[in-house]
Amino acid sequence: MTEKILGLIPVDWRFELTSLPYVRKIIKSRWMPFLPIVLNLSVFTVILMAGFVGGVSAGNYNFGIMFVWIVWWLLLMMVMVPLFSRIWCMVCPLPAFGEWLQRLGFMRVRNKLFGLNRKWPKSLKNMWVVNFLFLGTTYTTGFLTTRPIATFILLMSIIIGSIVLMVVFEKRNFCKYIGCPVGGFLGLYSNMAVTEIRAKDPQICKDHKHKDCVIGNEKGHACPWMILPFDIGRNTYCGMCLECFKTCPYDNMAINLRPPATDLLVDKNRGLDEAWKAFIMLGIAIFFFLIMQGNMGFLKDWANAKTTEGYLTFVALHSIFNLLLIPGVFFVFVYASRTLGSKEIPLKKLFTNFSYTLVPMGLIAWIAFSFGILFPNSSYVLHVISDPFAWGWDLFGTAKFPWTPFLTGVMPYFQIGTLLFGLVLSLDIGFKISKQTFQKRDEAVRGFIPIAAFLTSVTIFLIWLFTG
Amino acid sequence: MKMDKLIIGIIVLALLVGLPLILAQPEEPTEKTIIINAQQFSYTPGTIEVNKGDRITIRLISTDVHHGLYIDGYEVSTDARPGQDGSLTFVANETGKFVMRCSVTCGPFHPYMIGYLKVKPDYRLFGSIWLALGIFIGSILLVSRRQKP
Repeated sequence: MTEKILGLIPVDWRFELTSLPYVRKIIKSRWMPFLPIVLNLSVFTVILMAGFVGGVSAGNYNFGIMFVWIVWWLLLMMVMVPLFSRIWCMVCPLPAFGEWLQRLGFMRVRNKLFGLNRKWPKSLKNMWVVNFLFLGTTYTTGFLTTRPIATFILLMSIIIGSIVLMVVFEKRNFCKYIGCPVGGFLGLYSNMAVTEIRAKDPQICKDHKHKDCVIGNEKGHACPWMILPFDIGRNTYCGMCLECFKTCPYDNMAINLRPPATDLLVDKNRGLDEAWKAFIMLGIAIFFFLIMQGNMGFLKDWANAKTTEGYLTFVALHSIFNLLLIPGVFFVFVYASRTLGSKEIPLKKLFTNFSYTLVPMGLIAWIAFSFGILFPNSSYVLHVISDPFAWGWDLFGTAKFPWTPFLTGVMPYFQIGTLLFGLVLSLDIGFKISKQTFQKRDEAVRGFIPIAAFLTSVTIFLIWLFTG
Repeated sequence: MKMDKLIIGIIVLALLVGLPLILAQPEEPTEKTIIINAQQFSYTPGTIEVNKGDRITIRLISTDVHHGLYIDGYEVSTDARPGQDGSLTFVANETGKFVMRCSVTCGPFHPYMIGYLKVKPDYRLFGSIWLALGIFIGSILLVSRRQKP
């Protein structure tokens, strides 16, 4: 019997969006994703200029800060990742210069890439580098989200870093393993998405010996993300560049609508790197809340580097909390799961598999956190679109629009509802993973209880933290 | 057998949801004046706790720059400059936690200048915690059901 997500939607249910002729036509065009990248680049040009020249005082009146840390971040967490997987990677303008340099052109197909085309070491083909990169970036959150120049420096570092590293390492190694701070969590959380890119008929791919999607042809590039498009098990490393749609001579690639979180049930390629990504993301959501929406002034002073000692304390606590404390507490519950379930299952396997229950919980925690940014602060956007460089412009007549929080009175209900839905989804995924991991159903039920207790405890903690 | 478990589950859930409403007894309303000091980028005290029905007067004192204070949910606000205090009065007729935010741009961390107003008893918090526990118990009962052979 086919399993169902939340007991409602069969895990294998799919609707092929690219079966709609106009969607397929757009996807197969070489203007996609070039055109959205260029449009996006124009917005990022304004963001960079605003970061550089648009004042260094309060970030809430800066176009760069508002568009990166309010508009982009909220769209990413609340819309793009849960609905459209790594669609941001499809349209991201930051590595575009590096990629155009590799291809020595903008839209033309050239499979012999410029540069050293070095391979990334096999031992580092995982999320560990980006785990530490993202954690390191969050040490500076007090600056990034409040000082325009800090956002400018971060974005320019990514652009310049991508150009240099994409000349050295082949294809999209930069985005996948090396230099994109958000690439890791986009990959992990895109397993939650209700869309996917997959081969329509695996048999066609099996029979097709000349894998055009892997080696490229005159119509499109070899997969820049270095995955096997005919065998995409999970969304994790598919950057949705759409090249496989162009190269496939059988038109066998599809964008499907599907139930949420189905990739979390794929019992293949799970690893501790992704487990730690899940811990780090959950921990950062909690720490960000304390800094941005909490009432502890001393913590804000630490993150704001009012004193060196305070800042170092913040960095140390933040690191210990994310890298050790959360995994440590989770380990205790996994140990209890093994004790109750079956001691024949290796502890590492149990720990790794169950860590994927924190993916829905983490993404939902971020969505709940994001309500606390969206409702009180989005009115600043009206100001900055009229005066993006703080030069006294009033392009749309909204430059004087006052700060106007909206729906903040009912915001806690949005947060509680979201967190409780996240608990239900995490429990559902948790039991399915338990059944995969333990050999017998009775063992799976017993082994699930401590994990369910952990997920419930985290939800209660988040409800208390956000609304209590 | 399955139906029995389902009924038990529903009863447990209903009890769990109802429990905080029974336990939480509101206290008699009073009149309170609370002094809040605003300084980049926090309020002192960071949290004020009152009871439902209390008539609250907040006196806002700024010790450095121009600050504001806006209370989510109640949608009331005031502001203060050094030597020029602000004041606002309201009846705490809604329970729960409400965020107090600085409403005047006061520096880089201005959007993060936050305090809390807690109006007891917090039915919303207790209700949601017990609901989460109900989901936990429900899920265990659900997965414990015997599968069809």
